[in-house]
Amino acid sequence: MGRRTRSAAAMAIVPLLLLSFFHLLQFVSSTQEIRVLSAEKRIDLTSPIARVFLTLKVENYGAPEVPEILIAFSPTESEHLAILKASTVEGKRKKKTYVPLSVSPVSSPDAPNGAQLYSVTLRSPLQSGETTTVEALYVLTHSLEPFPTEISQSEPQLVYYRDSATILSPYTIVEQTVYIKTPSSKVESYTKVEPTARSGSETRYGPYHDRLPYSFSPVIVHFENNNPFAVVEELVREIEISHWGNLQIRDHYRLKHAGARHKGVFSRTIAALGYFYWVYDTYAKHPCRLDYQFRQSLSASFKTLLAMLPPRVHSVYYRDDIGNISSSHLRINSQKSELEIEPRYPLFGGWKATFTIGYGLPLQDFLFESSDGRRYLNFSFGCPLIETVVDDLTVKVILPEGSRNPTAAVPFPVNQHLEMTYSYLDVVGRTTLVLQKRNVVPEHNYPFQVYYDFNPIFMLAEPLMLVSSVFLFFVAYIAYVHIDLSIRRPLKTNS
Amino acid sequence: MPQPLNLNRIHRWGLQSPPASHRLLPCLIQPSMADPSEAKGEGSLRKAFGGVLGVFILLLIGTLAFSIRLFSVIKYESVIHEFDPYFNYRVTQFLTKNGIYDFWNWFDDRTWYYLENMSTYCKNSDLDIVFELMLLVILDRYPLGRVIGGTVYPGLTLTAGSIWWLLNNLNIPLSVETVCVFTAPIFSANAAWATYLLTKAPSHQFEVKGTGAGLTAAALLAMVPSYISRSVAGSYDNEAVAIFALIFTFYLYIKTLNTGSLFYATLNALSYFYMVCSWGGYTFIINLIPMHVLLCIVTGRYSSRLYIAYAPLVVLGTLLASLVPVVGFNAVMTSEHFASFLVKCQEVFIILHVVAFVYYIKGILSPKMFKVAMTLVVTIGIAVCSAVLAILIALVASSPTKGWSGRSLSLLDPTYASKYIPIIASVSEHQPPTWPSYFMDINVLAFLVPAGIVACFLPLSDASSFVILYIATSVYFSGVMVRLMLVLAPAACIMSGIALSEAFDAFTRSIKFQLPKLFEASPSDAGDTNRGTQDEPTKVDNNTPTEKTEATVKERPSEKHRKKEKKKLEKGKEIKEKGKENADKVSNKPLNAKKLLVLPLEASAVAILLLIILGAFYVVHCVWAAAEAYSAPSIVLTSHSHDGLHVFDDFREAYAWLKHNTDVDDKVASWWDYGYQTTAMANRTVIVDNNTWNNTHIATVGTAMSSPEKPAWDIFNSLDVKYVLVVFGGLVGYSSDDINKFLWMVRIGGGVFPHIREPDYLRDGQYRIDAHATPTMLNCLMYKLSYYRFVETDGKGFDRVRGTEIGKKHFRLTHFEEVFTTHHWMVRIYKLKSPKNRIRGKSKKKTNPKTTSKINSNKNVKKNPWQ
Repeated sequence: MGRRTRSAAAMAIVPLLLLSFFHLLQFVSSTQEIRVLSAEKRIDLTSPIARVFLTLKVENYGAPEVPEILIAFSPTESEHLAILKASTVEGKRKKKTYVPLSVSPVSSPDAPNGAQLYSVTLRSPLQSGETTTVEALYVLTHSLEPFPTEISQSEPQLVYYRDSATILSPYTIVEQTVYIKTPSSKVESYTKVEPTARSGSETRYGPYHDRLPYSFSPVIVHFENNNPFAVVEELVREIEISHWGNLQIRDHYRLKHAGARHKGVFSRTIAALGYFYWVYDTYAKHPCRLDYQFRQSLSASFKTLLAMLPPRVHSVYYRDDIGNISSSHLRINSQKSELEIEPRYPLFGGWKATFTIGYGLPLQDFLFESSDGRRYLNFSFGCPLIETVVDDLTVKVILPEGSRNPTAAVPFPVNQHLEMTYSYLDVVGRTTLVLQKRNVVPEHNYPFQVYYDFNPIFMLAEPLMLVSSVFLFFVAYIAYVHIDLSIRRPLKTNS
Repeated sequence: MPQPLNLNRIHRWGLQSPPASHRLLPCLIQPSMADPSEAKGEGSLRKAFGGVLGVFILLLIGTLAFSIRLFSVIKYESVIHEFDPYFNYRVTQFLTKNGIYDFWNWFDDRTWYYLENMSTYCKNSDLDIVFELMLLVILDRYPLGRVIGGTVYPGLTLTAGSIWWLLNNLNIPLSVETVCVFTAPIFSANAAWATYLLTKAPSHQFEVKGTGAGLTAAALLAMVPSYISRSVAGSYDNEAVAIFALIFTFYLYIKTLNTGSLFYATLNALSYFYMVCSWGGYTFIINLIPMHVLLCIVTGRYSSRLYIAYAPLVVLGTLLASLVPVVGFNAVMTSEHFASFLVKCQEVFIILHVVAFVYYIKGILSPKMFKVAMTLVVTIGIAVCSAVLAILIALVASSPTKGWSGRSLSLLDPTYASKYIPIIASVSEHQPPTWPSYFMDINVLAFLVPAGIVACFLPLSDASSFVILYIATSVYFSGVMVRLMLVLAPAACIMSGIALSEAFDAFTRSIKFQLPKLFEASPSDAGDTNRGTQDEPTKVDNNTPTEKTEATVKERPSEKHRKKEKKKLEKGKEIKEKGKENADKVSNKPLNAKKLLVLPLEASAVAILLLIILGAFYVVHCVWAAAEAYSAPSIVLTSHSHDGLHVFDDFREAYAWLKHNTDVDDKVASWWDYGYQTTAMANRTVIVDNNTWNNTHIATVGTAMSSPEKPAWDIFNSLDVKYVLVVFGGLVGYSSDDINKFLWMVRIGGGVFPHIREPDYLRDGQYRIDAHATPTMLNCLMYKLSYYRFVETDGKGFDRVRGTEIGKKHFRLTHFEEVFTTHHWMVRIYKLKSPKNRIRGKSKKKTNPKTTSKINSNKNVKKNPWQ
């Protein structure tokens, strides 16, 4: 039962959690017979999102075959874990290819201190005495903690990053190293667990030898990170399909600067980075440009955001609940569309803004018919803003009126339910598939599919309704003109 | 006896309510030179064609009215404009979200925040703890607030709310904002159609010209700049729907007057009710209609139709009006209504009944008996009336303002407001208009109106006398307040519509009459004179002598008047053209009636050409006004330069910042102009807003702005203000900023708190902010908040609005800190520093309950330290 292997193609399907219990039974017995020969962990902290690349060389020194290996996370890490991807290397040297492996969480009641385990299913079970290399990438959000928590406008933003000098693992690790990469060489302090070395923007912990399972030695790195900590607290994407040829997207953002809070005085003369002013000169009666010399700001505030939209985008709008926001630029080429937006005001730590981006897309780029006659939408999950964390993402796929049996195929676990949306002159309403996911990072920008049945006759329902109502109006008017509704008997009068 | 015959016809029409085609019939039939034998068969076809054409033209006029108002959406964006519309928008949002019942009971605590200091009430330490807490809840944080349901004219909100509701029930997901933005253009189209109906009604006596005049007037109204200025897309204000209601009420009144139908009388009362719901200008209706009734009675035009037109309106209308909470018993109590309900109702309403009674008695008694009865009734009537009048006068005289509110007093005496009420005077739309503003707002109509008046006198009917009365009163009112130009516009359009249509009729008729002569030798006079409908020959015969004399009598003064006007406004070609046309037209009058004397062919052709040029000029002006002058939403400013359009979106930047980055319960103080916008866009409580009913409160804010930092901080702190918002245009040259409004703050503040004196802020009577400014000016809060760190932008501190370098460049703020400034520095937001950092001699301050009463202690304790 537990000895299932999955092809790479099958990986795209949401893993079956049913089997995890059986997996566990097996692992508890098999942990003793696996060890990690060498492990390397590279932590990239150059952006507000922490990305960790983990390379494990695993050996099976026991007798039974091992179909899966486990990766452990501390409770805080698993809380902030946005995505975990694993792959294995195939082929030699030049012909090296990465084959993705399926990953599923495992309930681990016996793991110490609430460590959370994830199992990586290997392509083929690891035979006794064999070794394999597994590479894992995982992304942690909200793991950089600003300290000091409040800074003034011209101060740099310093953050803490907490982790362990040794890699948390349910297996014995023979040799391991951890590298932490910071955006610059400005590191205030870091914990030393010998051997520790620092060169430039990289801090190295290790190599350490023969650490026992679940060994943990906390370290803290305090460094400067002036990246804008753009966090979308809530993003609601509405994708509306019209079989008349248009795909309408509406993204409602609630954006926050999650870095160190801004404190004290705000000043344009400090805040402005290369600002210039268009001055409406009442005397000259035309605007003229006024440039000022401004001090370079160190602060982590941000003015602009970049959204990557699909190619052939049209009728783009950018507004909030009090009207159009006039500061945006759209660049379109055949590969992609870039929308550069500025919130109404530069965002300093702790400041928030809401806005909506909407656009239309040609339907034929995204809607296809599958071999069994069903239609499916193929669209990118995730947030179009680059380098942005989304705390709470809701994707609403509004199918045309009259469509039935929607099913979604998403490459990672999401909550989904159905609801009804009523739009232009709907009678029965449009079936809407709602997908919800927490903690979304750019790595989630991965296509997903929504399959549904649709009869094209429904396209004519609304035009026919309009035509018939106009017709009825005229019929009623003709009837009204020709029917005498007065109470009196019609009299023949000679006027 | 042309009158009864005529009316009989109208009466019949009214009952049958014929489709538009019937009404169009004569105008298309009459000029036709068709064979009498063919006329019948072809006539019905032409009739149908004319009806369809008329409806089509009306539709086009509606489209024109709607689309000419969309410049603001196309050039800017679909957004609510100005100040008051933001309040209406917010109320509509509440209505659509919470429903009608909550709307009536809505107590809006986002405005007029008022902090009654507790220490005055809690000095007595024996006070029960519970009582103290109660006081804390009741008195300490007591928002003055505003009962929206009871203080707002709900017509506009309910209209937009029901449109939204209807659309939403049809599953058309338009946002409330979109509906609000487009309400005004939609109602402008309605108003144009109502104008068509109204103009058609009084010009019935011209038989054929009704439809033509109606269509012309509707087209003129669809694009009259005065109305456009209040009804562009986004200008979501009461006037947008009220002008439609006004015209429609007048139409129904005249319709009732013409038909004597109770059905229309009831509709009229309902329409009046809608007007009362919509706008305070309903008093204009309820003053104008009694005046007209009185005029009719005095000129001996009393009829049962007049009774039916007036009595139900007064009774039903007043009952309905008092249902509107904001009007309530005002409908009968205030002097603004005295004209109608008490003075005129006692006079007009009772007089009307007396007259009706007299007519009735006259009908049943013999002439002798009637004389006796007459004397008896008159004596008793006079006695009763004078008694009632005496009581009334005593009542009115006993009230302090003599029963007149400030705004209506300034109606009677235009200088009243600027003399006594600075808060009314400070609003530009309450100023008397200048001559150019007439030309700007009604353009060529101003010259066509006299011609229209003349046309209405030929002959004078009940309906046309009403229109004359309407134009006369509205001209007077528009002379008092710029804002009331709006009431003048429909009247001017109606008059000009009649004038233009009359003129065209005269010219085309003479051309038509002469064209066959050119080709054929034999004139077909007989066919021409007989081409009218059945009624016409009799009517023409009867009218001709009187009309002619009337016309010749009228001609002279009107021409003299025109000469005078010419001299006064020697502006060039257009005016001369107009003068000529009018003169032509007037001299044409009798010709029309007689249909024998015609103008020379060439003259009429030239005149038509000139009229078309005049019309084209009007259209060009209106489109320009709609596109350039009246479409700016005022919250977004744009300017063009050689490399494109630049947008100044600072107001919304500031409001969005306030909304997202301050606490929900924080109070924001600013000058009252920005109150509605702050509550609507930033959703924060404001101290004063555009509803200027509380002068003292506005004066308090004005005083704070005119005081030095410390006293200002005290005032704001006592009001529990967290943020202070000022508008500053010095960096980009935006001239309607707070520094330019500052003298009004000083004046209004000084009106209540005498220690603020205007001369302290002026150097030799001049308002200046440069190095020569007075120390009081340079130290007041407004100056400091506006120019704080301004010198850092260019090193000199050059103010682009005032065109000078500022007087005091480097200074610190002790009690306020800058928390936000927009991109172009147009809005600056400051936060009050918390008191801990400030108090040094703490015990000393504590003993003096300084912040106790913000108003009273200000008067006594606070002294201006700069003198």
